[in-house]
Amino acid sequence: MSKWHFVTDGFVKNNPTFVLVLGMCPTLATTTSAMNGLEMGLATMFVLILSNIVISLIAPMVPDKVRIPVYITVIATFVTVLQLLMQAFTPSVYETLGLFIPLIVVNCIVLGRAEGFANKHGVGESALDGLGVGLGFTASLTVIGIVREILGSGSLFGWKFIAGDGILAFVMAPGAFLVLGFLMVLFNKYLAKK
Amino acid sequence: MEYFLIIVSAIFVNNILLAQFLGICPFLGVSNKLSTATGMSGAVCFVITLATVVTYLLNQYLLVPFGLEFLQTISFILVIAALVQMVEIVLKKISPSLYQALGIFLPLITTNCAVLGVAITVVTKDFALGGNAPHMLNLGQATVYALATSLGYGLAMCLFAGLREHLAGNDVPKAFKGLPIALITVGIMAMAFLGFSGIV
Amino acid sequence: MAAESTLKNMALCLTAVCLICSAVVGVAYAVTKEPIDAAAQAKTTASIAAVLPEFSGVPEQGSVGMDGVEYKYYKVDDGLYAIISSTSGFGGALTLMVGIDDKGVVHNTTVLSHSETPGLGAKCTTDEHFISQFRGFDPAVKSLTVKKDGGDLDAITASTITSRAYALAVSNAVAVYHKLTDGGQGNE
Repeated sequence: MSKWHFVTDGFVKNNPTFVLVLGMCPTLATTTSAMNGLEMGLATMFVLILSNIVISLIAPMVPDKVRIPVYITVIATFVTVLQLLMQAFTPSVYETLGLFIPLIVVNCIVLGRAEGFANKHGVGESALDGLGVGLGFTASLTVIGIVREILGSGSLFGWKFIAGDGILAFVMAPGAFLVLGFLMVLFNKYLAKK
Repeated sequence: MEYFLIIVSAIFVNNILLAQFLGICPFLGVSNKLSTATGMSGAVCFVITLATVVTYLLNQYLLVPFGLEFLQTISFILVIAALVQMVEIVLKKISPSLYQALGIFLPLITTNCAVLGVAITVVTKDFALGGNAPHMLNLGQATVYALATSLGYGLAMCLFAGLREHLAGNDVPKAFKGLPIALITVGIMAMAFLGFSGIV
Repeated sequence: MAAESTLKNMALCLTAVCLICSAVVGVAYAVTKEPIDAAAQAKTTASIAAVLPEFSGVPEQGSVGMDGVEYKYYKVDDGLYAIISSTSGFGGALTLMVGIDDKGVVHNTTVLSHSETPGLGAKCTTDEHFISQFRGFDPAVKSLTVKKDGGDLDAITASTITSRAYALAVSNAVAVYHKLTDGGQGNE
Protein backbone atom coordinates (compact mmCIF):
# COMPACT_ATOMS: atom_id res chain seq x y z
CA MET A 1 0.00 0.00 0.00
CA SER A 2 1.56 3.26 -1.03
CA LYS A 3 1.31 6.34 1.07
CA TRP A 4 -0.46 8.25 -1.64
CA HIS A 5 -3.82 7.80 -0.02
CA PHE A 6 -2.72 10.20 2.73
CA VAL A 7 -2.62 12.89 0.06
CA THR A 8 -5.75 11.90 -1.88
CA ASP A 9 -7.86 11.50 1.28
CA GLY A 10 -7.60 15.22 1.85
CA PHE A 11 -9.22 15.87 -1.50
CA VAL A 12 -12.50 14.00 -1.35
CA LYS A 13 -13.00 11.77 1.69
CA ASN A 14 -11.62 14.26 4.19
CA ASN A 15 -12.17 17.41 2.18
CA PRO A 16 -11.75 20.10 4.84
CA THR A 17 -14.33 22.44 3.38
CA PHE A 18 -17.16 20.30 2.07
CA VAL A 19 -16.96 17.23 4.32
CA LEU A 20 -15.30 18.26 7.59
CA VAL A 21 -16.63 21.85 7.33
CA LEU A 22 -13.59 23.32 9.04
CA GLY A 23 -11.92 26.67 8.55
CA MET A 24 -15.05 28.38 7.33
CA CYS A 25 -13.95 31.93 8.05
CA PRO A 26 -11.14 32.24 5.48
CA THR A 27 -13.17 30.07 3.10
CA LEU A 28 -15.96 32.63 3.06
CA ALA A 29 -14.01 35.82 3.47
CA THR A 30 -11.10 35.50 1.06
CA THR A 31 -12.73 33.81 -1.91
CA THR A 32 -13.86 37.00 -3.67
CA SER A 33 -11.78 35.94 -6.66
CA ALA A 34 -10.12 32.74 -7.83
CA MET A 35 -6.64 34.16 -7.26
CA ASN A 36 -7.40 35.23 -3.68
CA GLY A 37 -8.79 31.79 -2.88
CA LEU A 38 -5.72 30.10 -4.33
CA GLU A 39 -3.33 32.33 -2.40
CA MET A 40 -5.17 31.84 0.88
CA GLY A 41 -5.15 28.07 0.34
CA LEU A 42 -1.41 28.02 -0.34
CA ALA A 43 -0.69 30.16 2.73
CA THR A 44 -2.67 27.76 4.90
CA MET A 45 -0.94 24.76 3.31
CA PHE A 46 2.46 26.21 4.16
CA VAL A 47 1.56 26.41 7.85
CA LEU A 48 -0.23 23.07 7.80
CA ILE A 49 2.70 21.08 6.38
CA LEU A 50 5.33 22.65 8.63
CA SER A 51 3.27 22.43 11.81
CA ASN A 52 2.36 18.81 11.03
CA ILE A 53 6.04 17.92 10.59
CA VAL A 54 7.21 19.64 13.75
CA ILE A 55 4.34 18.39 15.89
CA SER A 56 4.80 14.79 14.76
CA LEU A 57 8.46 15.12 15.79
CA ILE A 58 7.91 16.62 19.22
CA ALA A 59 4.65 14.86 20.15
CA PRO A 60 6.31 11.96 22.05
CA MET A 61 8.20 14.39 24.27
CA VAL A 62 5.31 16.68 25.18
CA PRO A 63 3.48 16.02 28.45
CA ASP A 64 -0.18 15.40 27.82
CA LYS A 65 -1.60 18.31 29.80
CA VAL A 66 0.36 21.02 28.01
CA ARG A 67 -0.22 19.47 24.59
CA ILE A 68 -2.60 22.13 23.26
CA PRO A 69 -0.59 25.19 24.42
CA VAL A 70 2.54 23.68 22.86
CA TYR A 71 0.78 23.02 19.56
CA ILE A 72 -0.69 26.51 19.47
CA THR A 73 2.73 28.02 20.13
CA VAL A 74 4.27 25.99 17.31
CA ILE A 75 1.49 26.94 14.90
CA ALA A 76 1.62 30.61 15.90
CA THR A 77 5.37 30.61 15.27
CA PHE A 78 4.94 29.36 11.72
CA VAL A 79 2.13 31.82 11.09
CA THR A 80 4.34 34.69 12.26
CA VAL A 81 7.17 33.47 10.03
CA LEU A 82 4.70 33.30 7.14
CA GLN A 83 3.47 36.84 7.90
CA LEU A 84 7.02 38.17 7.85
CA LEU A 85 7.91 36.32 4.64
CA MET A 86 4.77 37.56 2.89
CA GLN A 87 5.32 41.15 4.00
CA ALA A 88 8.83 40.93 2.65
CA PHE A 89 8.30 39.19 -0.67
CA THR A 90 4.61 39.43 -1.62
CA PRO A 91 3.39 42.63 0.10
CA SER A 92 0.41 43.07 -2.22
CA VAL A 93 -0.91 39.57 -1.49
CA TYR A 94 -0.41 40.19 2.21
CA GLU A 95 -2.47 43.35 1.95
CA THR A 96 -5.32 41.65 0.09
CA LEU A 97 -5.65 38.75 2.50
CA GLY A 98 -5.10 41.06 5.47
CA LEU A 99 -6.43 39.87 8.79
CA PHE A 100 -6.92 36.30 7.59
CA ILE A 101 -3.21 35.53 7.51
CA PRO A 102 -2.71 35.92 11.29
CA LEU A 103 -6.04 34.16 11.74
CA ILE A 104 -4.56 30.94 10.29
CA VAL A 105 -3.50 30.36 13.92
CA VAL A 106 -7.09 29.73 14.92
CA ASN A 107 -8.05 27.90 11.73
CA CYS A 108 -9.51 24.70 13.12
CA ILE A 109 -8.01 22.70 10.24
CA VAL A 110 -4.46 23.31 11.41
CA LEU A 111 -5.02 22.50 15.08
CA GLY A 112 -7.40 19.72 14.07
CA ARG A 113 -4.77 17.93 11.96
CA ALA A 114 -2.14 18.44 14.67
CA GLU A 115 -4.39 16.92 17.30
CA GLY A 116 -6.12 14.34 15.12
CA PHE A 117 -3.30 13.11 12.91
CA ALA A 118 0.22 14.46 13.39
CA ASN A 119 0.62 13.48 17.04
CA LYS A 120 -0.14 9.84 16.26
CA HIS A 121 1.83 9.41 13.01
CA GLY A 122 5.39 9.62 11.77
CA VAL A 123 7.05 12.59 10.13
CA GLY A 124 6.65 11.44 6.54
CA GLU A 125 2.99 10.55 6.89
CA SER A 126 2.24 13.80 8.70
CA ALA A 127 3.93 15.81 5.98
CA LEU A 128 1.92 13.99 3.31
CA ASP A 129 -1.27 14.50 5.31
CA GLY A 130 -0.51 18.21 5.59
CA LEU A 131 0.07 18.33 1.84
CA GLY A 132 -3.16 16.46 1.10
CA VAL A 133 -5.40 18.45 3.40
CA GLY A 134 -3.67 21.64 2.32
CA LEU A 135 -4.26 20.83 -1.34
CA GLY A 136 -7.88 19.90 -0.63
CA PHE A 137 -8.39 23.21 1.15
CA THR A 138 -6.67 25.12 -1.65
CA ALA A 139 -8.75 23.36 -4.29
CA SER A 140 -12.03 24.08 -2.48
CA LEU A 141 -11.15 27.74 -1.97
CA THR A 142 -10.11 28.10 -5.59
CA VAL A 143 -13.35 26.53 -6.82
CA ILE A 144 -15.46 28.84 -4.62
CA GLY A 145 -13.33 31.75 -5.80
CA ILE A 146 -13.81 30.77 -9.46
CA VAL A 147 -17.62 30.58 -9.10
CA ARG A 148 -17.82 33.88 -7.23
CA GLU A 149 -15.48 35.63 -9.64
CA ILE A 150 -17.36 34.43 -12.72
CA LEU A 151 -20.77 35.39 -11.32
CA GLY A 152 -19.69 38.50 -9.48
CA SER A 153 -17.19 40.16 -11.81
CA GLY A 154 -17.52 38.27 -15.08
CA SER A 155 -13.85 37.30 -15.07
CA LEU A 156 -11.60 34.36 -14.27
CA PHE A 157 -8.18 34.76 -12.61
CA GLY A 158 -8.44 38.42 -13.53
CA TRP A 159 -9.12 37.68 -17.21
CA LYS A 160 -12.36 39.51 -18.04
CA PHE A 161 -14.67 37.82 -20.52
CA ILE A 162 -17.94 39.63 -19.82
CA ALA A 163 -17.95 43.40 -20.05
CA GLY A 164 -19.65 45.25 -17.25
CA ASP A 165 -20.12 44.51 -13.61
CA GLY A 166 -21.56 41.05 -13.04
CA ILE A 167 -23.83 40.24 -10.12
CA LEU A 168 -22.22 42.23 -7.35
CA ALA A 169 -23.92 40.33 -4.55
CA PHE A 170 -21.63 37.38 -5.26
CA VAL A 171 -18.52 39.38 -4.49
CA MET A 172 -20.10 40.69 -1.30
CA ALA A 173 -20.88 38.79 1.88
CA PRO A 174 -24.19 37.09 0.98
CA GLY A 175 -22.71 35.53 -2.17
CA ALA A 176 -20.07 33.77 -0.11
CA PHE A 177 -22.67 31.94 1.95
CA LEU A 178 -24.90 31.18 -1.03
CA VAL A 179 -22.10 29.83 -3.25
CA LEU A 180 -20.70 27.67 -0.45
CA GLY A 181 -24.19 26.36 0.35
CA PHE A 182 -24.97 25.41 -3.24
CA LEU A 183 -21.54 23.89 -3.86
CA MET A 184 -22.03 21.79 -0.75
CA VAL A 185 -25.31 20.54 -2.21
CA LEU A 186 -23.50 19.48 -5.39
CA PHE A 187 -20.78 17.78 -3.36
CA ASN A 188 -23.39 15.88 -1.34
CA LYS A 189 -25.08 14.78 -4.57
CA TYR A 190 -21.75 13.52 -5.89
CA LEU A 191 -20.97 11.62 -2.69
CA ALA A 192 -24.46 10.11 -2.61
CA LYS A 193 -24.09 8.81 -6.17
CA LYS A 194 -20.81 7.07 -5.44
CA MET B 1 -21.49 60.57 19.47
CA GLU B 2 -18.51 58.59 18.28
CA TYR B 3 -19.30 55.83 20.78
CA PHE B 4 -22.81 55.60 19.39
CA LEU B 5 -21.44 55.30 15.85
CA ILE B 6 -19.04 52.59 16.95
CA ILE B 7 -21.92 50.64 18.47
CA VAL B 8 -24.23 50.90 15.46
CA SER B 9 -21.43 50.15 13.05
CA ALA B 10 -20.21 47.10 14.97
CA ILE B 11 -23.63 45.58 15.56
CA PHE B 12 -25.38 46.20 12.25
CA VAL B 13 -23.21 47.59 9.48
CA ASN B 14 -20.06 45.56 9.97
CA ASN B 15 -21.69 42.64 11.71
CA ILE B 16 -18.85 40.34 12.65
CA LEU B 17 -20.57 37.19 11.39
CA LEU B 18 -22.47 38.38 8.36
CA ALA B 19 -20.08 40.98 6.97
CA GLN B 20 -16.65 40.13 8.36
CA PHE B 21 -16.89 36.32 8.42
CA LEU B 22 -15.34 35.86 11.83
CA GLY B 23 -16.37 33.09 14.19
CA ILE B 24 -18.33 31.11 11.60
CA CYS B 25 -17.37 27.63 12.85
CA PRO B 26 -18.99 27.87 16.30
CA PHE B 27 -21.81 29.84 14.67
CA LEU B 28 -22.71 26.89 12.46
CA GLY B 29 -21.88 24.42 15.21
CA VAL B 30 -24.06 25.56 18.08
CA SER B 31 -26.89 27.43 16.39
CA ASN B 32 -29.17 24.38 16.28
CA LYS B 33 -31.05 25.44 19.37
CA LEU B 34 -31.87 28.88 20.68
CA SER B 35 -30.82 27.97 24.21
CA THR B 36 -27.28 26.89 23.26
CA ALA B 37 -26.98 29.87 20.95
CA THR B 38 -27.74 32.24 23.82
CA GLY B 39 -25.20 30.49 26.05
CA MET B 40 -22.49 30.66 23.42
CA SER B 41 -23.25 34.33 22.69
CA GLY B 42 -22.94 35.15 26.39
CA ALA B 43 -19.59 33.38 26.68
CA VAL B 44 -18.27 35.01 23.50
CA CYS B 45 -19.40 38.44 24.69
CA PHE B 46 -17.55 38.00 27.96
CA VAL B 47 -14.33 36.67 26.45
CA ILE B 48 -14.09 39.07 23.49
CA THR B 49 -14.47 42.13 25.71
CA LEU B 50 -12.00 40.89 28.31
CA ALA B 51 -9.48 39.64 25.72
CA THR B 52 -9.60 42.89 23.76
CA VAL B 53 -8.88 45.00 26.85
CA VAL B 54 -6.00 42.77 27.91
CA THR B 55 -4.41 42.48 24.47
CA TYR B 56 -4.86 46.22 23.85
CA LEU B 57 -2.92 46.99 27.03
CA LEU B 58 -0.32 44.34 26.19
CA ASN B 59 0.16 45.86 22.76
CA GLN B 60 0.24 49.46 23.98
CA TYR B 61 2.59 49.03 26.92
CA LEU B 62 4.76 46.07 26.00
CA LEU B 63 4.91 45.37 22.28
CA VAL B 64 4.87 48.93 20.88
CA PRO B 65 7.49 50.44 23.25
CA PHE B 66 9.91 47.63 22.38
CA GLY B 67 9.09 47.64 18.65
CA LEU B 68 7.82 44.06 18.78
CA GLU B 69 4.55 44.48 16.86
CA PHE B 70 5.41 41.48 14.72
CA LEU B 71 4.80 39.31 17.80
CA GLN B 72 1.13 40.35 17.95
CA THR B 73 -0.26 37.12 16.55
CA ILE B 74 1.72 34.78 18.74
CA SER B 75 1.42 36.76 21.97
CA PHE B 76 -2.29 37.50 21.51
CA ILE B 77 -3.25 33.89 20.96
CA LEU B 78 -1.29 32.76 24.02
CA VAL B 79 -2.89 35.48 26.15
CA ILE B 80 -6.34 34.53 24.88
CA ALA B 81 -5.76 30.83 25.54
CA ALA B 82 -4.55 31.54 29.07
CA LEU B 83 -7.37 33.99 29.67
CA VAL B 84 -10.03 31.51 28.65
CA GLN B 85 -8.57 28.91 31.01
CA MET B 86 -8.49 31.45 33.81
CA VAL B 87 -12.04 32.60 33.21
CA GLU B 88 -13.12 29.00 33.35
CA ILE B 89 -11.38 28.37 36.70
CA VAL B 90 -12.55 31.64 38.27
CA LEU B 91 -16.11 31.21 37.08
CA LYS B 92 -16.23 27.70 38.51
CA LYS B 93 -15.19 29.06 41.91
CA ILE B 94 -17.24 32.25 42.23
CA SER B 95 -20.37 31.62 40.21
CA PRO B 96 -21.26 27.99 39.66
CA SER B 97 -24.60 28.94 38.09
CA LEU B 98 -22.96 31.14 35.45
CA TYR B 99 -20.41 28.39 34.90
CA GLN B 100 -23.24 25.95 34.31
CA ALA B 101 -24.62 28.24 31.61
CA LEU B 102 -21.39 29.22 29.86
CA GLY B 103 -18.87 26.62 30.99
CA ILE B 104 -19.15 24.09 28.20
CA PHE B 105 -18.65 26.78 25.57
CA LEU B 106 -15.49 28.26 27.04
CA PRO B 107 -12.96 25.70 25.74
CA LEU B 108 -14.39 26.18 22.24
CA ILE B 109 -13.72 29.89 22.36
CA THR B 110 -9.92 29.76 22.19
CA THR B 111 -10.13 28.73 18.58
CA ASN B 112 -13.00 31.10 17.79
CA CYS B 113 -11.35 33.42 15.32
CA ALA B 114 -13.72 36.24 16.33
CA VAL B 115 -11.73 36.73 19.55
CA LEU B 116 -8.31 36.96 17.91
CA GLY B 117 -9.84 38.80 14.97
CA VAL B 118 -11.27 41.61 17.10
CA ALA B 119 -8.10 41.82 19.19
CA ILE B 120 -5.93 42.24 16.09
CA THR B 121 -8.39 44.58 14.37
CA VAL B 122 -8.49 47.15 17.16
CA VAL B 123 -4.71 47.48 17.33
CA THR B 124 -4.01 47.57 13.60
CA LYS B 125 -6.94 49.17 11.81
CA ASP B 126 -7.80 52.83 11.37
CA PHE B 127 -11.45 53.45 12.07
CA ALA B 128 -13.35 55.98 9.99
CA LEU B 129 -16.54 57.10 11.66
CA GLY B 130 -19.07 59.77 10.88
CA GLY B 131 -16.94 61.94 8.65
CA ASN B 132 -14.09 62.18 11.15
CA ALA B 133 -10.58 61.61 9.92
CA PRO B 134 -9.70 57.92 10.35
CA HIS B 135 -7.78 57.14 13.50
CA MET B 136 -6.90 54.29 15.85
CA LEU B 137 -9.28 53.54 18.70
CA ASN B 138 -8.35 54.48 22.27
CA LEU B 139 -8.86 52.05 25.12
CA GLY B 140 -12.41 53.18 25.91
CA GLN B 141 -13.47 53.02 22.26
CA ALA B 142 -11.77 49.66 21.82
CA THR B 143 -13.70 48.27 24.78
CA VAL B 144 -17.00 49.61 23.45
CA TYR B 145 -16.16 48.27 19.99
CA ALA B 146 -15.41 44.82 21.40
CA LEU B 147 -18.60 44.78 23.45
CA ALA B 148 -20.74 45.98 20.54
CA THR B 149 -19.13 43.52 18.15
CA SER B 150 -19.90 40.64 20.44
CA LEU B 151 -23.47 41.87 20.86
CA GLY B 152 -23.72 41.83 17.07
CA TYR B 153 -22.41 38.28 17.16
CA GLY B 154 -25.07 37.36 19.69
CA LEU B 155 -27.79 39.06 17.68
CA ALA B 156 -26.92 37.24 14.44
CA MET B 157 -26.48 33.96 16.30
CA CYS B 158 -29.84 34.11 18.11
CA LEU B 159 -31.74 35.26 15.01
CA PHE B 160 -30.22 32.41 13.06
CA ALA B 161 -30.87 29.84 15.78
CA GLY B 162 -34.52 30.88 15.76
CA LEU B 163 -34.70 30.40 12.00
CA ARG B 164 -32.92 27.10 12.20
CA GLU B 165 -35.30 25.70 14.80
CA HIS B 166 -38.12 26.27 12.33
CA LEU B 167 -36.06 24.94 9.47
CA ALA B 168 -35.52 21.64 11.26
CA GLY B 169 -39.20 20.79 11.02
CA ASN B 170 -39.43 21.49 7.30
CA ASP B 171 -39.11 19.11 4.43
CA VAL B 172 -36.06 20.05 2.37
CA PRO B 173 -34.47 18.02 -0.47
CA LYS B 174 -32.01 15.45 0.85
CA ALA B 175 -28.87 17.03 -0.57
CA PHE B 176 -29.80 20.35 1.06
CA LYS B 177 -30.31 18.86 4.52
CA GLY B 178 -28.18 20.20 7.37
CA LEU B 179 -25.45 22.66 6.56
CA PRO B 180 -26.19 23.57 2.92
CA ILE B 181 -29.66 24.91 3.69
CA ALA B 182 -28.27 26.62 6.79
CA LEU B 183 -25.61 28.37 4.71
CA ILE B 184 -28.15 29.49 2.16
CA THR B 185 -30.31 30.87 4.98
CA VAL B 186 -27.33 32.79 6.36
CA GLY B 187 -26.70 34.12 2.87
CA ILE B 188 -30.20 35.56 2.71
CA MET B 189 -29.78 37.01 6.23
CA ALA B 190 -26.50 38.60 5.17
CA MET B 191 -28.35 40.17 2.24
CA ALA B 192 -30.80 41.73 4.67
CA PHE B 193 -27.91 43.10 6.74
CA LEU B 194 -26.37 44.63 3.59
CA GLY B 195 -29.24 47.10 3.83
CA PHE B 196 -27.52 48.67 6.83
CA SER B 197 -24.35 49.49 4.93
CA GLY B 198 -23.54 53.14 4.58
CA ILE B 199 -25.69 54.40 7.44
CA VAL B 200 -22.76 55.54 9.57
CA MET C 1 2.81 7.55 23.99
CA ALA C 2 2.98 11.10 25.33
CA ALA C 3 5.23 11.70 28.30
CA GLU C 4 3.76 11.75 31.79
CA SER C 5 2.59 15.13 33.06
CA THR C 6 4.40 16.38 36.12
CA LEU C 7 4.74 20.01 37.10
CA LYS C 8 8.47 19.86 36.39
CA ASN C 9 8.35 18.45 32.90
CA MET C 10 5.33 20.54 31.93
CA ALA C 11 7.14 23.74 32.90
CA LEU C 12 10.33 22.51 31.25
CA CYS C 13 8.60 21.53 28.06
CA LEU C 14 6.65 24.79 27.71
CA THR C 15 9.74 26.85 28.44
CA ALA C 16 11.81 24.92 25.92
CA VAL C 17 9.13 25.20 23.23
CA CYS C 18 8.72 28.93 23.83
CA LEU C 19 12.49 29.49 23.74
CA ILE C 20 12.88 27.62 20.46
CA CYS C 21 9.87 29.34 18.93
CA SER C 22 11.04 32.80 19.90
CA ALA C 23 14.45 31.98 18.44
CA VAL C 24 12.80 30.93 15.17
CA VAL C 25 10.64 34.06 15.03
CA GLY C 26 13.61 36.23 15.97
CA VAL C 27 15.71 34.81 13.15
CA ALA C 28 12.84 35.19 10.68
CA TYR C 29 12.38 38.79 11.76
CA ALA C 30 16.08 39.57 11.36
CA VAL C 31 16.19 37.96 7.93
CA THR C 32 13.04 39.62 6.61
CA LYS C 33 13.49 43.08 8.14
CA GLU C 34 15.45 44.47 5.23
CA PRO C 35 13.19 43.15 2.44
CA ILE C 36 10.10 44.38 4.36
CA ASP C 37 11.53 47.88 4.71
CA ALA C 38 12.64 47.79 1.09
CA ALA C 39 9.15 46.72 -0.04
CA ALA C 40 7.49 49.52 1.94
CA GLN C 41 10.03 51.99 0.59
CA ALA C 42 9.47 50.79 -2.97
CA LYS C 43 5.72 51.21 -2.58
CA THR C 44 6.07 54.77 -1.30
CA THR C 45 8.54 55.69 -4.03
CA ALA C 46 6.26 54.21 -6.70
CA SER C 47 3.25 56.14 -5.35
CA ILE C 48 5.20 59.39 -5.24
CA ALA C 49 6.44 58.85 -8.77
CA ALA C 50 2.88 58.12 -9.90
CA VAL C 51 1.37 61.34 -8.55
CA LEU C 52 4.12 63.84 -9.40
CA PRO C 53 5.73 64.94 -12.65
CA GLU C 54 9.25 63.70 -13.19
CA PHE C 55 11.62 65.00 -10.56
CA SER C 56 15.21 64.61 -9.48
CA GLY C 57 16.51 64.10 -5.98
CA VAL C 58 15.23 62.21 -2.98
CA PRO C 59 11.78 63.04 -1.54
CA GLU C 60 12.02 64.58 1.90
CA GLN C 61 9.49 63.31 4.42
CA GLY C 62 7.64 65.50 6.88
CA SER C 63 4.35 65.91 8.67
CA VAL C 64 2.10 68.81 9.52
CA GLY C 65 -1.00 69.21 11.67
CA MET C 66 -4.22 70.72 10.32
CA ASP C 67 -7.54 70.82 12.22
CA GLY C 68 -6.15 68.43 14.79
CA VAL C 69 -5.10 65.77 12.27
CA GLU C 70 -1.53 64.90 11.32
CA TYR C 71 -0.82 64.76 7.59
CA LYS C 72 2.27 63.03 6.26
CA TYR C 73 3.80 64.49 3.14
CA TYR C 74 6.83 64.13 0.88
CA LYS C 75 8.52 67.20 -0.51
CA VAL C 76 10.59 67.14 -3.67
CA ASP C 77 12.74 69.96 -5.08
CA ASP C 78 11.01 72.59 -7.20
CA GLY C 79 8.10 72.83 -4.72
CA LEU C 80 6.41 69.55 -5.58
CA TYR C 81 4.44 67.92 -2.78
CA ALA C 82 2.96 64.43 -2.41
CA ILE C 83 0.50 64.56 0.48
CA ILE C 84 -1.13 61.58 2.18
CA SER C 85 -4.72 62.36 3.02
CA SER C 86 -7.28 60.11 4.67
CA THR C 87 -11.07 60.45 4.93
CA SER C 88 -13.92 58.13 5.73
CA GLY C 89 -15.50 56.56 2.68
CA PHE C 90 -18.46 54.22 2.46
CA GLY C 91 -16.87 51.15 4.02
CA GLY C 92 -14.11 52.67 6.14
CA ALA C 93 -10.94 54.68 5.78
CA LEU C 94 -10.04 55.90 2.29
CA THR C 95 -6.40 56.95 2.04
CA LEU C 96 -5.00 58.79 -0.95
CA MET C 97 -1.71 60.20 -2.02
CA VAL C 98 -2.20 63.52 -3.77
CA GLY C 99 0.54 65.10 -5.86
CA ILE C 100 0.49 68.89 -6.13
CA ASP C 101 2.88 70.89 -8.28
CA ASP C 102 4.50 74.25 -7.62
CA LYS C 103 1.50 76.18 -8.97
CA GLY C 104 -0.94 74.53 -6.60
CA VAL C 105 -2.42 72.38 -9.35
CA VAL C 106 -3.22 68.73 -8.59
CA HIS C 107 -0.96 66.62 -10.80
CA ASN C 108 -2.37 63.17 -10.06
CA THR C 109 -3.87 61.08 -7.26
CA THR C 110 -3.55 57.46 -6.22
CA VAL C 111 -5.39 55.32 -3.67
CA LEU C 112 -3.09 53.90 -1.01
CA SER C 113 -5.73 51.90 0.84
CA HIS C 114 -9.50 51.63 0.93
CA SER C 115 -12.30 49.36 2.08
CA GLU C 116 -15.02 50.36 -0.37
CA THR C 117 -17.61 47.96 -1.77
CA PRO C 118 -16.22 45.77 -4.57
CA GLY C 119 -17.75 46.71 -7.91
CA LEU C 120 -19.16 50.01 -6.61
CA GLY C 121 -17.02 52.33 -4.51
CA ALA C 122 -13.92 50.25 -5.16
CA LYS C 123 -14.04 51.58 -8.72
CA CYS C 124 -12.31 54.70 -7.37
CA THR C 125 -9.10 52.77 -8.09
CA THR C 126 -9.99 51.77 -11.65
CA ASP C 127 -12.66 54.14 -13.07
CA GLU C 128 -10.55 56.05 -15.57
CA HIS C 129 -13.21 58.73 -16.16
CA PHE C 130 -13.40 59.49 -12.44
CA ILE C 131 -9.66 59.43 -11.74
CA SER C 132 -8.71 61.45 -14.80
CA GLN C 133 -10.80 64.38 -13.57
CA PHE C 134 -8.21 65.04 -10.89
CA ARG C 135 -5.27 65.16 -13.30
CA GLY C 136 -4.30 68.76 -13.81
CA PHE C 137 -7.17 69.92 -11.61
CA ASP C 138 -6.69 73.54 -10.60
CA PRO C 139 -8.55 74.13 -7.33
CA ALA C 140 -8.22 77.89 -7.83
CA VAL C 141 -10.44 77.71 -10.94
CA LYS C 142 -12.79 74.79 -10.28
CA SER C 143 -14.54 73.50 -7.19
CA LEU C 144 -13.40 70.24 -5.63
CA THR C 145 -16.81 68.73 -4.90
CA VAL C 146 -19.11 66.44 -6.85
CA LYS C 147 -21.77 67.92 -9.14
CA LYS C 148 -24.54 66.82 -6.78
CA ASP C 149 -23.04 69.20 -4.21
CA GLY C 150 -22.64 71.99 -6.76
CA GLY C 151 -19.04 71.22 -7.71
CA ASP C 152 -17.28 70.32 -10.93
CA LEU C 153 -16.66 66.60 -10.52
CA ASP C 154 -18.60 63.68 -11.99
CA ALA C 155 -19.20 61.09 -9.28
CA ILE C 156 -18.70 57.35 -9.81
CA THR C 157 -22.03 55.83 -10.81
CA ALA C 158 -23.97 54.67 -7.74
CA SER C 159 -21.10 55.60 -5.44
CA THR C 160 -21.67 59.20 -4.44
CA ILE C 161 -20.38 58.71 -0.89
CA THR C 162 -17.09 57.27 -2.10
CA SER C 163 -16.74 60.05 -4.67
CA ARG C 164 -17.43 62.68 -2.01
CA ALA C 165 -14.85 61.14 0.30
CA TYR C 166 -12.32 61.07 -2.55
CA ALA C 167 -12.97 64.72 -3.38
CA LEU C 168 -12.75 65.69 0.28
CA ALA C 169 -9.42 63.88 0.67
CA VAL C 170 -8.06 65.77 -2.34
CA SER C 171 -9.36 69.11 -1.11
CA ASN C 172 -7.87 68.48 2.35
CA ALA C 173 -4.56 67.76 0.66
CA VAL C 174 -4.84 71.05 -1.22
CA ALA C 175 -5.49 72.85 2.10
CA VAL C 176 -2.43 71.16 3.59
CA TYR C 177 -0.41 72.26 0.57
CA HIS C 178 -1.43 75.87 1.12
CA LYS C 179 -0.64 75.64 4.79
CA LEU C 180 2.81 74.29 3.90
CA THR C 181 3.63 76.79 1.18
CA ASP C 182 2.07 79.90 2.73
CA GLY C 183 3.67 79.16 6.07
CA GLY C 184 6.98 80.86 5.32
CA GLN C 185 8.54 78.42 2.85
CA GLY C 186 6.45 79.65 -0.07
CA ASN C 187 8.26 81.27 -2.95
CA GLU C 188 5.79 84.04 -3.72
